[in-house]
Amino acid sequence: MAKDQQEALFQQRVDDEQKIEPRDWMPDEYRKTLIRQISQHAHSEVVGMLPEGNWITRAPSLRRKTVLLAKVQDEAGHGLYLYSAAETLGVSREQLIDQLLSGKAKYSSIFNYPTLTWADIGAIGWLVDGAAIMNQVMLTRTSYGPYARAMVRICKEESFHQRQGYEILMTLCKGTPEQKAMAQDALDRWWWPSLMMFGPSDKDSPHSAQSMKWKIKRQSNDELRQVFIDRTVHQAEYLGLKVPDPKLKWNEQTQHYDWGEIDWTEFNEVIRGNGPCNRDRMAARRKAHADGAWVREAALAYAGKQAKKKAA
Amino acid sequence: MSNENPNNWPLWEVFIQSKRGLDHKHVGSLHAADAKMAVENARDVYTRRNEGNSIWVVLADNIHASKPEDQGAFFDPADDKVYRHPTFYPMPEGVKYI
Ligand SMILES: [Fe+2]
Ligand SMILES: [Fe+2]
Repeated sequence: MAKDQQEALFQQRVDDEQKIEPRDWMPDEYRKTLIRQISQHAHSEVVGMLPEGNWITRAPSLRRKTVLLAKVQDEAGHGLYLYSAAETLGVSREQLIDQLLSGKAKYSSIFNYPTLTWADIGAIGWLVDGAAIMNQVMLTRTSYGPYARAMVRICKEESFHQRQGYEILMTLCKGTPEQKAMAQDALDRWWWPSLMMFGPSDKDSPHSAQSMKWKIKRQSNDELRQVFIDRTVHQAEYLGLKVPDPKLKWNEQTQHYDWGEIDWTEFNEVIRGNGPCNRDRMAARRKAHADGAWVREAALAYAGKQAKKKAA
Repeated sequence: MSNENPNNWPLWEVFIQSKRGLDHKHVGSLHAADAKMAVENARDVYTRRNEGNSIWVVLADNIHASKPEDQGAFFDPADDKVYRHPTFYPMPEGVKYI
């Protein structure tokens, strides 16, 4: 079949809301975009364990510790589901890990911010997982089958992540004035980086139109960001916390919140590797990978020995 | 997808049966040194909330699939056999429960 014919057939399938499966013909650019997006997503789950992992040993109670451990464990699983989906596109796990460790691959810039207090763990669950959920719910309907199915699994698991975070903040906000101030401080620091998680504004997002046409994405960055704001503001009000945006105001006409302006210079700096924790995160990942090398080798040697024994 | 580097753990496809009596369903894949490790790791990452009652793992290299580009010709022997469907046999008005 000629290439433009294949391309037309492919687009027809997408338009008809049929999923694209690993062995189907697909445009090279579609494959490349997906490998980039899915692996970035996978790396984000993996690196995302670091800021929260920082508080596991210092969680204020056994209950909080158990919950946080379970959440971080889920994120490791999410990383796996996504690497597994990316591998169906013909890229190997080794390549993907190399891209992360060499600094060639990107991951969500939010994980380059530090977790300074326990309230940050609440803010991450509430805002960071909350923003991730918005994006992931959209992606359960993405056109690539294995990615969509991984997202369904992930979304089921995410539902407790956001709640446990909000619960932490509810507890702090009902506590002493110091505890409430700690919660406010966490919101002040995490609000804007959370809004940045939706990516550049639509007008500065050159690949968005193609991704929408291929139904990899189904809603624009700005649309998702607006829904997130609309939903989150009243949750902040319930906590008695103030969203750190002086321009935030309900707009009767649009039935949405008007809000201020994201500091895109900060966003670009963090993406470029100059956020507060970029170097730490990469160093921690590289160390973990290097420290695990002997385990990987030993397991392979053991498996080889067992197989020989069986054959004999 | 085959693993070029023999120093890497091979890729296993994972199938989970969620309840007795249901089929094993493909859920994803993972890398493991051997089958035992693959089953244990599949338990840890794919059944953290009691999603599973039984796990199958298969070396990804051992899965062979039909080709999507041959889909038409490959499945068309069934296309002209409408007589395999009950709707091919009209039943008279008054005949019930058949
Ligand atoms: Fe996650
Ligand atoms: Fe999460």
